Amino acid sequence: MNGAALRVEGLTHRHRGAAAPTLRDVSFAVPAGAIAAIVGESGAGKTTLLRCLAGLDRAERGTIAVGDRVVVAGRHAAATLRGHVGLVFQSFELFPHLTVLENCVLAPRRVRGAARRAAEAAARALLDRLGLADKADEHPARLSGGQCQRAAIARALAMAPACLLYDEPTSALDPARRSELVEVLARVRADGMTQVVVTHDAALVAAAADRVFRIDGGRLAAA
Amino acid sequence: MRGARPGRTRGSCGGRTVRRLARALVVLAAAGSIGAAAPDDATGDALARVRAAGELRWGADAQGGAPYVFQDPMDPNHLIGFEVDLAAALAAELGVGARPVQGQWDMLLDLLGRGDFDVALNGIEVADEKLRVALLTRPYYVAPERLTVRRGDAAAPRTLADLRGRRVGTLPGSLAERILRRAGAEARTYDGGQNEIYADLLLGRTDAVLLDAPISLYYGEIEPALEAAPGDFGEVRYAIAVPRGEEGLRAALDDALARLAADGRLRAIYERWGLWNDATAALLAAPAGGGRGVAEALEAWRAAVGKPPPLLERLRDRYPRTLALFARGAALTLALSFTAMALAVPLGVGLALCRTYGPLPLRALAIGYIEFVRGTPLLVQLIMLYFGLPELGVTLDPFAAGAVALGLNYAAAEAENYRAGLESVPAGQLEASWALGLSTMQALRFVVGPQAVRVAIPPATNDFIALLKDSSLVSLVTLTELTKTYLNLANAMRDHLGLGLLVAAWYLAIGLPFAWLARRAEARLGRHLRSAA
Repeated sequence: MNGAALRVEGLTHRHRGAAAPTLRDVSFAVPAGAIAAIVGESGAGKTTLLRCLAGLDRAERGTIAVGDRVVVAGRHAAATLRGHVGLVFQSFELFPHLTVLENCVLAPRRVRGAARRAAEAAARALLDRLGLADKADEHPARLSGGQCQRAAIARALAMAPACLLYDEPTSALDPARRSELVEVLARVRADGMTQVVVTHDAALVAAAADRVFRIDGGRLAAA
Repeated sequence: MRGARPGRTRGSCGGRTVRRLARALVVLAAAGSIGAAAPDDATGDALARVRAAGELRWGADAQGGAPYVFQDPMDPNHLIGFEVDLAAALAAELGVGARPVQGQWDMLLDLLGRGDFDVALNGIEVADEKLRVALLTRPYYVAPERLTVRRGDAAAPRTLADLRGRRVGTLPGSLAERILRRAGAEARTYDGGQNEIYADLLLGRTDAVLLDAPISLYYGEIEPALEAAPGDFGEVRYAIAVPRGEEGLRAALDDALARLAADGRLRAIYERWGLWNDATAALLAAPAGGGRGVAEALEAWRAAVGKPPPLLERLRDRYPRTLALFARGAALTLALSFTAMALAVPLGVGLALCRTYGPLPLRALAIGYIEFVRGTPLLVQLIMLYFGLPELGVTLDPFAAGAVALGLNYAAAEAENYRAGLESVPAGQLEASWALGLSTMQALRFVVGPQAVRVAIPPATNDFIALLKDSSLVSLVTLTELTKTYLNLANAMRDHLGLGLLVAAWYLAIGLPFAWLARRAEARLGRHLRSAA
């Protein structure tokens, strides 16, 4: 895994038909291999920021640069970020009809054109690293919440992204599992991955983040 | 004026409506073209075509019953009837063979106009309204109208004047019905077989039945508890219908009828069927009076169905002979349903995808299609395809028209099933696929589709089984599938209950395997949902 530096400049986003922008001129940078936390009230624009970074939402203005890939709003399609930036959804969104291993090889095979055998070997290595080796052939319905989250992380990492984003990663876990997550984040960082965590959870921030940004009314400030 | 029954769709009720609607639709469809298009359609060389083909295709409805054209109750694989004999004799006179073509009775003239057969020969009444859409030959038979009542019923009406205010059964759209209305009777018309009309009289639901003498003879007087009232109630003449503009064919048929009348062959046919009467003698300019011949065909009918044998005996002796006919009907039902489904599934998938994920114009088109098709009767669509499209120069054969109508119709229903399946998959699944870099098509194929299928299977199976049954509608366009086979046989064997159970068993036999397969597929696709707990 090789994380790359993430740089956001002047990002402004407005929902279709909305008068006020959701994000106003947001700029920040995360060095390669660091963990950044983005905190703020509900509705402050945290999730929208993540969606822009993952290429799911299109910004009105601004630039997102992840390693050598640069997206300029209105000029380069945000969708080019998809797969290049990994996203772990709040509700994980594992594919319930596929096993954990199949969840992890679907995109590498269909998007990157990887051979089945190579993709499976890489996915098994990832699952092993995240402590899920024995769950590779289970369906998500048979996994606990924490296991689902690690499976979702493995699925995102299987695309060898330059950066991995988490949306409220502790909201679906019971508090006792927080330390497990902190350990996973540390392990992923040890592999060199750049990570951005959107969260409410002050304890998680204190335990894991290298840098913290606060977002308020669509504006971002270093905290 | 005979056994005019509808291609039924769902059970016996509603059959009347279906039949009337079908008639009205065809009339409407034809309205634009009558006068202008109809004469142009005929090329005037039908006789030459018949001779070149070596066969006379004559349209009739085997459901019409005895003694016209019906399945031999002793061996239902054969069509018999005095009109079968007449068609054979006429074809022989033309130097060709005779081939009967099945057509719903009250649509015979429409099918004739469309070119599905060369002539319509099936108790067609001589009447002015017929002449507007077809040519008629000279009449070949005169049928007196006959009033049947319960034997020994002192209160029964026995004259035309007695009929005022009484409940009298007859067939719809017949001369008998018009006579009853003029006489002030309360006419009860039946779309079912002639058998039911007399059954209702026996049960006391009506006071009398007024119908053409041949029907009265074969379905009324065969019952010991019924008798014909003497007296004159009018008469009806039967003629052969020929497409407009085919005067050559009509002249040839008129000549053939004249020869058959002159040398006594026509009389021999009528005598064999017990149908010879004074009015027909006068029509054919033959000496009146009692028959020389023996009405052996009528005797055979009496022996076969006068008193239906007990169920066990029917199971052993009669039903095995229906096997080939039912099997053929079931094969047609299945072939039609599969072809229609093969059309409905991909079209339904496309419509559901357009409706759920498409841009606004595609979504609007899909919704428009679904609402239009779902909101109009299948019958209307079938009639438009079969009788309407030829006006635009597209003439589909019956199977194609049936399969396309059913397929286009069920595509709308399937689309809604698939949409329900697609919408049951959380939106996050699509977003998660996008975030991984999958295209929308890949996401639908590998992520959303497989999850949607499991949800769509039960309603789709339900629709397929409904399609198996709805395919009975194609009997309107000359196809004898399973239901039509039953209706024909039931009327020919005077056996509705036993054969009804038999046809129900056939439908179950072809439908249940699909229900079972669907349950297995659903269980297989749902395996992943079983949690550890």
